[in-house]
Amino acid sequence: MRVGIVTFPGSLDDIDAARAVRIAGDVPVPLWHGDHDLRGVDAVVLPGGFSYGDYLRCGAIARFAPVMTEVVAAASGGMPVLGICNGFQVLCEAHLLPGALIRNDHRRFVCRDQRLRVESATTAWTSAYQAGQEIVVPLKNGEGGFVADTDTLDRLEGEGRVVVRYVGGNPNGSLRDIAGITNGAGNVVGLMPHPEHAVESLCGPGTDGLGFFTSALQALAA
Amino acid sequence: MTDAVLDPAAIHSSVDDVARATATPDQLQPWAELGLKADEYERIHKILGRRPTSSELAMYSVMWSEHCSYKSSKVHLRRFGELPAETRVGKLLAGIGENAGVLDIGQGYAVTFKVESHNHPSYVEPYQGAATGVGGIVRDILAMGARPVAVMDALRFGPLDAPDTARVLPGIVAGVGGYGNCLGLPNIGGEVVFDDSYIGNPLVNALCVGVMRHEDLHLANATGAGNQVILYGARTGGDGIGGVSVLASETFDAATADGLSGPSKRPSVQVGDPFMEKLLIECTLELFAAGVVNGIQDLGGAGLSCATSELASAGDGGMQVWLDRVPLRDSSLAPEEILMSESQERMMAVVEPRHVEQFLAVCAKWDVDVTVVGEVTTTGRLVIDWHGEVVVDVPPRTVAHEGPVYDRPYARPADQDALQADAAEALPRPVGGAELRDTLLRLVGSPNLADKSWVTDQYDRYVRGNTVLAQPDDAGVVRVDEQTGLGVALATDCNGRFCQLDPYAGAQLALAEAYRNVAAVGAQPLAVSDCLNFGSPEDPAVMWQFERAVAGLVDGCRELGVPVTGGNVSFYNQTGDVPILPTPVVGVLGVLDDVDRRVRQGFRTPGQMIYLIGETRAELSGSQWALVEHDHLGGLPPQVDLAAERALAELLRHASRDGLIDAAHDLADGGLAQALVESCLRHDVGARVWLPDELDPFVALFSESAGRAIVAVPRSEEVRFTDMATARRVPHVRLGVVDPGDGDPLLDVQGQFSVPLIELRAAWSGTIPDAISA
Repeated sequence: MRVGIVTFPGSLDDIDAARAVRIAGDVPVPLWHGDHDLRGVDAVVLPGGFSYGDYLRCGAIARFAPVMTEVVAAASGGMPVLGICNGFQVLCEAHLLPGALIRNDHRRFVCRDQRLRVESATTAWTSAYQAGQEIVVPLKNGEGGFVADTDTLDRLEGEGRVVVRYVGGNPNGSLRDIAGITNGAGNVVGLMPHPEHAVESLCGPGTDGLGFFTSALQALAA
Repeated sequence: MTDAVLDPAAIHSSVDDVARATATPDQLQPWAELGLKADEYERIHKILGRRPTSSELAMYSVMWSEHCSYKSSKVHLRRFGELPAETRVGKLLAGIGENAGVLDIGQGYAVTFKVESHNHPSYVEPYQGAATGVGGIVRDILAMGARPVAVMDALRFGPLDAPDTARVLPGIVAGVGGYGNCLGLPNIGGEVVFDDSYIGNPLVNALCVGVMRHEDLHLANATGAGNQVILYGARTGGDGIGGVSVLASETFDAATADGLSGPSKRPSVQVGDPFMEKLLIECTLELFAAGVVNGIQDLGGAGLSCATSELASAGDGGMQVWLDRVPLRDSSLAPEEILMSESQERMMAVVEPRHVEQFLAVCAKWDVDVTVVGEVTTTGRLVIDWHGEVVVDVPPRTVAHEGPVYDRPYARPADQDALQADAAEALPRPVGGAELRDTLLRLVGSPNLADKSWVTDQYDRYVRGNTVLAQPDDAGVVRVDEQTGLGVALATDCNGRFCQLDPYAGAQLALAEAYRNVAAVGAQPLAVSDCLNFGSPEDPAVMWQFERAVAGLVDGCRELGVPVTGGNVSFYNQTGDVPILPTPVVGVLGVLDDVDRRVRQGFRTPGQMIYLIGETRAELSGSQWALVEHDHLGGLPPQVDLAAERALAELLRHASRDGLIDAAHDLADGGLAQALVESCLRHDVGARVWLPDELDPFVALFSESAGRAIVAVPRSEEVRFTDMATARRVPHVRLGVVDPGDGDPLLDVQGQFSVPLIELRAAWSGTIPDAISA
């Protein structure tokens, strides 16, 4: 299976996402922000970083990149799309996911090994986990506070669309401890923590994040 | 911002070109305001055979500044060049004269690393000062052809509870993080140290390491007449000009009349744009890969003055530059300001004419501004035009390399003997278990020994996915090759208190500690980069400290077999007349053939035996105990025994390679007590220890003797480990056992005291966040 990794100017964790895809047994395919071309990939990852310097607002400019036209169309057609950190912000700006990410409540960048609970194991990116399973993956952001209006939050909860939730302390003031969510169809997932930094025990807190990438394989094979 | 519709011809009609300089030999010039001495100004006259133009004066003044010319330190730094230019792995691929030295680490890989100061800007404007410090060192590494892979930062602040520390510390930390995080470089370690002497002069020393294949090494030069000189990256603005604003005033009189506070006064601290720097990194690496770069230089201190003169004098010696082609952020800038601007995120390349088109295309891909601003000539002169008028016509070597050199007087301070006689070993000591326990808790909660995660949690340590170890481990480790596991380890250290007591020994102790930290993670130490932070070189006592520290480092590096591959000197670090503690920060780089063999800090596995390696003496002068309990600095620093350091490092490396040790931690500030506390708190696993019979318990716990480490040894490997230590004649003693305990985990010092880890953690972790939020 071919998983596209989009590089925007200012993307930083694109090589990490590609490595995670490779370790999961997949083929990473680099995608360039300026191209109207998904190069025939089966899934797309929008990686972490500071696309376009995060100027104006995180993800606000990346949303208008040429490649995003194709990503939005493919996502609407059911292609699995994962947005990590800045990628999550881009997905929200592109209205593929509801809500927004704002500056951390303590107003500092935070990098730490974060405990999460997988709330939904039915998405294209979390089917390798068990619902309720706790995992540890790195979190690193300055603007990771998830916010949405109460109706939206209630709907996300009611429809089982909260994918991962912070446990053992909310690191950034996200409402209802929400770390990641999915769209109604379950093919588009966005989260602030970085599962691609937890795919080999040598260079991260463990391998708890690998499931996000093997899940995509399973979803495509199904 | 200045209005862009002003008519340039009107603004620049009064430009001070060579013809005018020749015609008006007696015009007064603000050389003194620019920091030049009378004889230096006279020397410029001699070189040029006329008075300099204001642009030339600006160039000479910044390039002959202490910061750029190393005029006070050069005579001493030459001694680093006497060291053998090779490491255990091979010859240096580039030496100390380049932007950063390059060393072979095997398997066809080379690394380059350097530590540099950005102290004064960080005091004036903490966030931008620290941010651009990171940016500058990253471009230095990039200019060697290497991909930057990690950064570290060594920071010094005034007392944690001082009001100004609450201003400076959060800003500097946010600046280091804001820039490095946005650049996508993991921050893998460094130091945070507090001392009264840094209150009006914090230190920000930033280190970057980059990796390349041997064949990708690029040295700065401008060989080949007709080759094009290309400026790319950010536009040039009025930031970072500093004292040069004097020149922007029309006359010397006008400048003094308004006391430099007129409209032309511009911010002296540069403003960073890490997004542009990220583009610059990717763009530059793609340019290298395309083979379209002949020579390259980053624009840092002294901006275009430095880049043009250094590139020209490293090549055939001639260069023509059309300064009016430089893209500007502010169209009102005068030529001398453009030459001096330290706007960030700019690079200059020398490119063969046939490659220019491809060069421009790569820049376009990355949306990076690019302009051909000049070409290489055979005239032997650097000639700079401004709208058709020649504003600079100089021999480039006289600007870049042949500046003044001073052998400044130095003298051992008269009070050094009294300082050394006032030994901390004579101070009252805690007696009995209860007093030792109280002392321990006060020490672990003191600013220098307390948890630094409030700082380091603001740095991304994971990006790029190759970080094997990061703070608070003894050294940062990054993987270089995913297939083979080849990696590098880095540590920076300096105990300024020891350097104050004896700068020669203190510098060697800094070297020994960084060397030991690199060995503690299982790496082979290879090379050194240093950042020498001192007070005013015009003070003979400071100059004596500097001379002694350099001598200590040179002798120490020779004995340990590690060359100095580069570094930086920062003088004039003082608050009023009081210089900082001499702070020669030493960075040591080591190599691991397989990072999977790295040794971590912290006890994890119950039942493993804890060994203390090395010899403990009653050495308390300059210690954290003397500082915290007695606010005392006096006596002689711990004894330096580099042969013992080498033996310890060899033992640690071989033991880790053979899988004999599961955890290691070097002993430094706070002594054995602090190392035990940190090893326990790392994974919340307790330990039971019995102090060696022959040592006074207080000395055993709090002495800061060098050349020591603690390790955790699996029982199955204990005999092999002790045999290895014995065979290598390294003193070692079984100190205790990793013991999770029955209830809450404890650090139990048998026969003395016992303290729950939860109590230690409470004392250790709150100090910095509480002080900052207070």
